[in-house]
Amino acid sequence: MSAGFRHNHLLSIADLDRDDVNQILDAAESFIEVSRRSVRKVPTLRGKTLINMFFEASTRTRTSFELAGKRLSADVVNVSSSGSSVSKGESLLDTCKTLEAMRPDLVVIRHAASGAPAFVAKHIGCSVINGGDGAHEHPTQALLDAFAIRKAFGTLSGLKVVIVGDITHSRVARSNAALLGRFGSEVRFCGPRTLMPTGVEMLGVKVYHDLREALTGVDVIMLLRIQKERLEGPLVPSMREYSRCYGVSQKHMALANPRAIVMHPGPMNRGVEIHTALADSERSVILDQVEAGVAVRMAVLYLLSKELRAQTATQAASDAG
Amino acid sequence: MALVDAPGQIVLDADAIGRTIRRVASEIVERTRATAKLALVGIEQGGTPIARRLADEITKVEGRSVPVGSLDITLYRDDAASALPDPKVGPSRIDFVVEGADIVLVDDVLHTGRTVRAAIDCLFDYGRPRRIWLAVLCDRGGRQLPVAADFIGKRVEVPEGYALDVVAEGGAADRAFLRVWRPSEAPGGARP
Repeated sequence: MSAGFRHNHLLSIADLDRDDVNQILDAAESFIEVSRRSVRKVPTLRGKTLINMFFEASTRTRTSFELAGKRLSADVVNVSSSGSSVSKGESLLDTCKTLEAMRPDLVVIRHAASGAPAFVAKHIGCSVINGGDGAHEHPTQALLDAFAIRKAFGTLSGLKVVIVGDITHSRVARSNAALLGRFGSEVRFCGPRTLMPTGVEMLGVKVYHDLREALTGVDVIMLLRIQKERLEGPLVPSMREYSRCYGVSQKHMALANPRAIVMHPGPMNRGVEIHTALADSERSVILDQVEAGVAVRMAVLYLLSKELRAQTATQAASDAG
Repeated sequence: MALVDAPGQIVLDADAIGRTIRRVASEIVERTRATAKLALVGIEQGGTPIARRLADEITKVEGRSVPVGSLDITLYRDDAASALPDPKVGPSRIDFVVEGADIVLVDDVLHTGRTVRAAIDCLFDYGRPRRIWLAVLCDRGGRQLPVAADFIGKRVEVPEGYALDVVAEGGAADRAFLRVWRPSEAPGGARP
């Protein structure tokens, strides 16, 4: 029996089983349709409040959550760290308590510290969604990537997926490895040794340092942004050298499955991790990922919506009784 | 109006459903003769197969083809965020211009009227129809909103506590039958 969504929060892909993931992706299919109508709004979360708390800069994730909430008719408030009480020295716990007193139904948190959303979830009475925490997880990104992959291949199982770039600092790589691994796809991490954390094999991934080897026979090529400002110097000699060794261009596509797709969570550095012609080619699903982002986040907000869960729980209890 | 109150009781069998659909189709033809932009829209899940069969019948009689769409009203339910036992949403499919169209909304069972209210709201998000009619295979009574059908296949009085389920895919297993309603279901019976 389908029992509805059983989670109060979305903190980590590790908490989700295959059914949960399929339920989110199936719901997202319907929300894609809503976003393509002339009136891109449904009344489902009317009267609910969504607070976007972004302690780290973000354009697409915040916009995507904001649109997702608005298209479901929720009231959406954005709080960013600069100019808020956070920059005045308020602790995360006090910020939580303050926000909770405003009675939101859903809170999205992005924070530089791994585990911050889990901390907030423990201290706040509403649903918490991890919008990216440190180098830990970015679950909605992995879900929207899964949506784009499922759209291209009709499945999430038995695929070979390579993630190329700065694995050390990438929560996207970690969440994707967890999700795709759960469905039995092979996940490869590829990057220079300086950007590959030790012990990463424990995530069940194969590690490559040679790009051509890593791309051989893959169905999905996922490129990560090289953060010029953070990496140049001790970890990467120069952007030019990185591009020469790990930048993916159209000529690399011959190594991959003929149907292979190219993905990038954005924002991309054209000419560094991805050559510009490839980014604009028909192999690229980068803009599909963005569209999927809004739909997947609508699905997550919808499934987490508080009363829904409470009601489902009471019903389950009365069914059992 | 027939009163039915035994679980499993068949209200309409496959033959009766076929005949009823043909009759309702000819009534629709009669009433919509003057309209140029006629379209049928089924309410998921029960209404869509009936809308398709009505469209086929209209084509047989009139020789003109009528576009058929479907609406999933889950997101428009008045209890969407609170009482949904199975939060499964499906996409709506409207491939014609709703603006200015004459639309016949089609559902299998008319009960509280809440589904129809939601469907009308949903339809308006696609455009402003010139007018909307409502066609239902069964009207079971029990309205909670001021909603009335323009085309009714069969009127049956079903007491509260029972669900009237309809299978109308066009096969031999087609039937409309009575079932005990479980409190874990959404009010209105068949539809989640």
